[in-house]
Amino acid sequence: MGYTLGQEQLDRIEEILKQDLIDLGVHCVFLIDLAGNIISSIDNGKYEHDIYSLAALAAGNFGAVSAMASIIGEDEFSLLFHKGKKESMHFSKVLADFLLVTMFGKEVSLGFLRLKVTEAIEKINKILEP
Amino acid sequence: MAFVNSKTKEIQVKIVYYGPGRGGKTTNLEYIYKKFNSRIKTDMVTIKTSGDRTLFFDFLPFDIGRIKGYNVRMQLYTVPGQVKYNATRRLVLRGVDGLVFVADSIKVRRNKNIISLKNLQENLTTYKKNIFRIPLVMQYNKKDLEKQGIPLLDFNTLERDLNSQLKAPSYYASARTGENIIQTLKKIITTTMNTLHKELI
Repeated sequence: MGYTLGQEQLDRIEEILKQDLIDLGVHCVFLIDLAGNIISSIDNGKYEHDIYSLAALAAGNFGAVSAMASIIGEDEFSLLFHKGKKESMHFSKVLADFLLVTMFGKEVSLGFLRLKVTEAIEKINKILEP
Repeated sequence: MAFVNSKTKEIQVKIVYYGPGRGGKTTNLEYIYKKFNSRIKTDMVTIKTSGDRTLFFDFLPFDIGRIKGYNVRMQLYTVPGQVKYNATRRLVLRGVDGLVFVADSIKVRRNKNIISLKNLQENLTTYKKNIFRIPLVMQYNKKDLEKQGIPLLDFNTLERDLNSQLKAPSYYASARTGENIIQTLKKIITTTMNTLHKELI
């Protein structure tokens, strides 16, 4: 019960999220665990939403979708994406217990975002792997 | 599964209110939200059906201040109590650090409490957690109904039914009037923090 990440690990994760995603034009990105705790979050300085509630809902949403996948015989759904008029959300699993949630507007294409998210996750995996 | 962020000096702790349907789990959180309104910066999140029953969970985060230099953020959740929502109940339990079992003290709900407690034990097992080891507080809710002449189970019967083996701290309470609601919350916070302190520090 309980785990800790050190300052150096968290600094490196934040740097990856900034360089790979925020600098690309993403509005806000956060790494959470599947219990709904926020590990790291970073935004473009103009973002004012309640990320704690978003994290709890994102973890619940991801859990529900994974359970649906399992019922129909899938390991998991590879693309989890909610499209809005101005703001969209993208979810990606990191290792077995973490989730990367990205919020972005129309100026970022989904394909490019998925590519950059995959790159960022590969780097984060190396930091989080036991 | 509490998370300790050594960069921001923050600890996030997950407390889940569990129990049978219509037992008062959401009312517990609503009372806490009303009572500590000035300290809670965000709205309480609820996902419920059109009939006002909890569908997925309620979520209430709030800061309890600093402990040993760390800012402690409590994240309170409820589960849907109805039997048919077991899959979602199990999801909410993921990473739980402490539990409040809200039993319904109305006499005719006696069996529902026992079934729900057994269900909690089974669901914890799926996360390799033991109901005898996890921080747990029992709350026997709806004490206020006594005045309205509704037959209630007495404290000793509830203890015998639900707490004879667990021997968890227990309160006879009323989420509607607020009696023993904050005491329940304080107890689960201190029990959980003591356990985390032993494990993490």
